[in-house]
Amino acid sequence: MKNILALILGTLFGIILVKAEVLSWFRIQEMFAFQSFHMYGIIGSAVVIGALSVWIIRSSGIRSIEGNVIQIKDKAPNYKSAYLGGTVFGLGWAMTGACPGPLYALIGSGTTIMVLAVAAGIVGVYVYAALRDRLPH
Amino acid sequence: MPLTLSMENFVNWISNPWPWYVAGPIIGLMVPLHLVMLNRTFGISSSFRHVCAAVVPNRLDFLQYDWKAESWNLVFAGGILLGAFIAAQYLSIDEPIALSAAAVERMNGFGITDLSGQHPVQLFSWSLIGSWKTLLFVIFGGFLVGFGTRYAGGCTSGHAIMGLSHFQLPSFVAVLGFFTGGLIMSWILLPLLFT
Repeated sequence: MKNILALILGTLFGIILVKAEVLSWFRIQEMFAFQSFHMYGIIGSAVVIGALSVWIIRSSGIRSIEGNVIQIKDKAPNYKSAYLGGTVFGLGWAMTGACPGPLYALIGSGTTIMVLAVAAGIVGVYVYAALRDRLPH
Repeated sequence: MPLTLSMENFVNWISNPWPWYVAGPIIGLMVPLHLVMLNRTFGISSSFRHVCAAVVPNRLDFLQYDWKAESWNLVFAGGILLGAFIAAQYLSIDEPIALSAAAVERMNGFGITDLSGQHPVQLFSWSLIGSWKTLLFVIFGGFLVGFGTRYAGGCTSGHAIMGLSHFQLPSFVAVLGFFTGGLIMSWILLPLLFT
């Protein structure tokens, strides 16, 4: 059941990433060069709706469809790794023109060379796992 | 002219690019949909870790966990692939993205003159697999995305959208990092790489 719901949500998300051009290298360059409001509008309005939703869920005590209390885990308070890792990711985001969701969407929409970017990303996770104890967090 | 609600109008509307004020709120709804339907927080980059834990034999603590309990995240990633395929095949018109004039000028300055499609074919094509620039952008770029998201503990969805939606200070710091890296690449490194 969980997998069917995840597939439906993923499909909807994939459609939006294409239709709103979020997966576009051009749009990402335009964003980092402050040449268009498009991406800021998308991320900003998504956060507003997300925050409103979290507030409603918390204040109403709505349960999940399986009847469980909804858990919203806090992010680990590792500020050094959030900033340094974020910076590394930002460099990659501006190079590939895609964060992880759009990487999958690019493969689906026909820029299939991005399977190599995903494979390299998985290698990146492995290298992080190997170096983890020696990195500042 | 009377406004007719027909299948043709609907398909026509769907096929044009969606403005930010339509797409952004739907992306925001991923937050409550994940919480209510899956009882999980929204995030995508963890899927890289699950694949790594599943397929790479290792003894690293970071990759020793029950990834099968999070396999829904891999199904979600598969759904993104499927949805993107559907959107590109059946719900799109074949027109270049309506970039701002300033962006078009900047792209031309980079030597990127073919602005058709969503990603520049002059950079991201199998036929260019022998070019150092393509290898750098695809493989090194992908590596940085995988390494950086795990080091930071999330990506645009997990930190910028999910994390900011419940006011997580680490997520705010991570987003500052995303833009630090993005701006360094965009303003300093890309102009060097494209000269």
